[in-house]
Amino acid sequence: MANEQSNSANPNVDLKYRRKKNAEEMKHQVVTFVLMIFFTVISFVAVAMDDFSHWFIKPVILLLAVIQVVFQLYYFMHMKHKGHGTITLFLFSGLAVGLITILTFLTIVWL
Amino acid sequence: MHADEKFTDATWPASPEKATLEGKNKYLGFWLFLGGETVLFASLFATYLALKDKVPNGEAALAKDLFELPLTFVATMLLLTSSLTSVYAMYHMKNNHFKQMQAWLVITIALGFAFLGLEIYEFNHYVHEFHHTFTSSAFGSAFYTLVGFHGGHVAFGLLWFISLMVRNARRGLNLYNAPKFYIASLYWHFIDVVWVFIFTVVYLMGMVG
Amino acid sequence: MSTYANKKGFGATIWDYLTTVDHKKIAILYLISGGLFFVIGGLEAMFIRIQLAIPNNDFVSAGFYNEILTMHGTTMIFLAAMPLVFALMNAVVPLQIGARDVAFPFLNSLGFWLFFFGGVFLNLSWFLGGAPDAGWTSYASLSLHSAGHGIDFYVLGLQISGFGSLMAGINFLVTIINMRAPGMTYMRMPLFTWSTFVVSALILFAFPPLTVGLVLMMFDRMFGANFFDVAAGGNTIIWEHLFWIFGHPEVYILILPAFGIFSEIFATFSRKRLFGYSSMVFATVLIGFLGFMVWAHHMFTTGLGPIANAIFAVATMAIAVPTGIKIFNWIFTMWGGSVKFTVPMLYAVAFIPTFTMGGVTGIMLASAPADYQYHDSYFVVAHFHYVIVGGVVLGLLAGINFYWPKMFGTLLNEKLGQITFWTFLIGFHLTFFIQHFLGLMGMPRRVFTFLDNQGLNTGNMISTVGAFLMAFGVLVMVINIIITSVKNEKVGNDPWGDGRTLEWSIPSPPPFYNFKQLPLVRGLDAYWVEKMEGKKEMTPAEPLGDIHMPNSSFLPVMIAFGLFVAAFGALYHMDDKSWTLPIIIVGLLITFGSMLIRSVKDDHGFHIHKEDLMDDSDKGGKA
Repeated sequence: MANEQSNSANPNVDLKYRRKKNAEEMKHQVVTFVLMIFFTVISFVAVAMDDFSHWFIKPVILLLAVIQVVFQLYYFMHMKHKGHGTITLFLFSGLAVGLITILTFLTIVWL
Repeated sequence: MHADEKFTDATWPASPEKATLEGKNKYLGFWLFLGGETVLFASLFATYLALKDKVPNGEAALAKDLFELPLTFVATMLLLTSSLTSVYAMYHMKNNHFKQMQAWLVITIALGFAFLGLEIYEFNHYVHEFHHTFTSSAFGSAFYTLVGFHGGHVAFGLLWFISLMVRNARRGLNLYNAPKFYIASLYWHFIDVVWVFIFTVVYLMGMVG
Repeated sequence: MSTYANKKGFGATIWDYLTTVDHKKIAILYLISGGLFFVIGGLEAMFIRIQLAIPNNDFVSAGFYNEILTMHGTTMIFLAAMPLVFALMNAVVPLQIGARDVAFPFLNSLGFWLFFFGGVFLNLSWFLGGAPDAGWTSYASLSLHSAGHGIDFYVLGLQISGFGSLMAGINFLVTIINMRAPGMTYMRMPLFTWSTFVVSALILFAFPPLTVGLVLMMFDRMFGANFFDVAAGGNTIIWEHLFWIFGHPEVYILILPAFGIFSEIFATFSRKRLFGYSSMVFATVLIGFLGFMVWAHHMFTTGLGPIANAIFAVATMAIAVPTGIKIFNWIFTMWGGSVKFTVPMLYAVAFIPTFTMGGVTGIMLASAPADYQYHDSYFVVAHFHYVIVGGVVLGLLAGINFYWPKMFGTLLNEKLGQITFWTFLIGFHLTFFIQHFLGLMGMPRRVFTFLDNQGLNTGNMISTVGAFLMAFGVLVMVINIIITSVKNEKVGNDPWGDGRTLEWSIPSPPPFYNFKQLPLVRGLDAYWVEKMEGKKEMTPAEPLGDIHMPNSSFLPVMIAFGLFVAAFGALYHMDDKSWTLPIIIVGLLITFGSMLIRSVKDDHGFHIHKEDLMDDSDKGGKA
């Protein structure tokens, strides 16, 4: 696992370092959050303006959703940290099965 | 090492959720479960997309008649913010700050309830204004099932957080309950991930036509 | 609850099994209940064959025939094959990777009880107004219009047992990823463990679509939704897709463990390392992967269009490649080995040609244009019985014979085992080989009778005779089990003498903590490696110390029972009865209340102390 407890001789120094690292990470999380809100607002505004063709809007808002979800997964849910290889493999396998299902239901479900 | 052991700030491990074998197992097992949930929601999305605007007659409401931007926007903001507040809660858990963690979780829960309240209002609105019900059309069935499944997940997540907080209110953090808090917050993030696709695919794309 | 006592009363034994979280006991529970459902499903098969023995037979009515046929398929797949597979996985996999327990002992037990109550619920339909009658695939266009509550039993029963399978899948995945003994790398895992790993991943991704399909069906039938009702904008094809997105991986969920078992048996009784180990692993993973992209070959005649049919036909045929790799590897494992024809080995050897025949008809069916001819005929029935009975059931029988001493500490009788083998094998080919030709001659599947003078009489008669031979074989096996259990001649760690993997290095049956000291794994076939260096046991990887074990719990039974109760309420809900809602609520309260107790009450398990371990002779460890 990535963050094994270090065996520093002076636990207080170690603690300070860890606190600082945690605080730094939290800052990144807030930045991530701001970006997510930003993307969400763009999506809503694009739909509200109602001037664009839906051939343009749909791919754009889907792309924004995907970026947001990547942020959510990799930052909020820490998938960017080491030791998440197995998890990534299984999550993306699930995603692949899910996407095939969606593709099927958009194409070969006649009626 | 005993699971009930009390920790000081210095002895508290950097990743308390993965410090024990039980914690590691829970952590991995829960992620795998989320992999399965991905397929579950994908199947529901697929069903919704196949049945979108499939109604028995011309009078029934379609997606573009139903949805309104302001309501969806507020709901989205509530849920996205609750995702950040649960990140704050986990930040304090990693620093062994139990009180602050509980405080942020309370905010998360409040936001979750607000979201759920909006959703109930929304469903009620559709039923009474548009006669768009679970049984009125295939579109209705698919819509309420997909969004309702998500709402059910939100409700379950709220109950989960509450029972964890009440149970551990007196005794603070230890290596036995830290993984439990952590996976509950993972679940909460996953709910948010699903919502991002719901507001995009169901609401926004529904309004575009 | 530490269980050191050897002698216990009957009631205490029952209580012990109701509350156990020990994977070895859960394996026995799966084996007993799976075996019971196998007998029930087998009886249903006999009714089918008796009805079809002669033309214009009236042994059963057309409606009852539909129920028997549906329940035969559903029972055999969900309630017999799945649990028997889980039985062997539970009994063997933790031992093979050198673990003291599974990752989630509580979930493991919950998984079993969900399966059990789901299965009982489904079978109660026989006594409560009729069983489901829309085939095991329960296509929506049939099942929405099925009168009575049969389909509702199907939907709710499978839903409950499906949750159990999902839990078992996650449990095995985490166990294999996190709990391997020191030195047990992925590429040193025995093939049965590998196939369990891949199968668990398939379960994880295949069961959610089934869950969704069953939920939609439940909403349609019980709560007035319109997913499959074309008049209200619904679409019946959705069910077919959801069912087969689950259903096709499901057949790989069944066959891959059988492949794993045969791999162990071939290596053991040829006294040779498995030929092409890494290609076997690769082939297993590849089959699992491809298993998700072929489901629509069950739907060629649905009208998906030529492009979709072509894609799915090609993907289906591609599966023959990794399967072929496996077949050749098994043959090469025997090549030049000193082969011992024990009962498990007999099954393994018979499996190769039998399964290959099923594979060849599979390729025939995979050709979309030809499939329009074979579709819904007895040719299909013959094909899938060749792969499922010729693959899965032979694998399970082989595995049960092979691992019986590890599970129960005594060997099954070899002579009776051989009688079972020969009657079952000959009976099997008599029953199903002729069905290929019946199908090609135009006999449709799922018909309750056929007319005289159509050339179908002889074939059907032969098929029925074969079915009786198979039943006789199973009967002999039951007698064998009873006789050997009564005699109960104890065997040592390695009763076959040629065990290669870790499970054979510990007593039969193993003590409840499995390994006193975790073993150090130094290569593929870890126990064999030590044997080749003249050692009698594994090198320990740790000093003797306290062992942490989980507590027993009655809550899994409660959780599953609550759903069982709630399912009755949901089932009769559409009849507008006043008591249904309270029943649903009471059931869910039992379930969620038990879950709450589980999450609120701390459960730290207990420790077996070092001193007790030193006193405890290996043999006396039976919990």
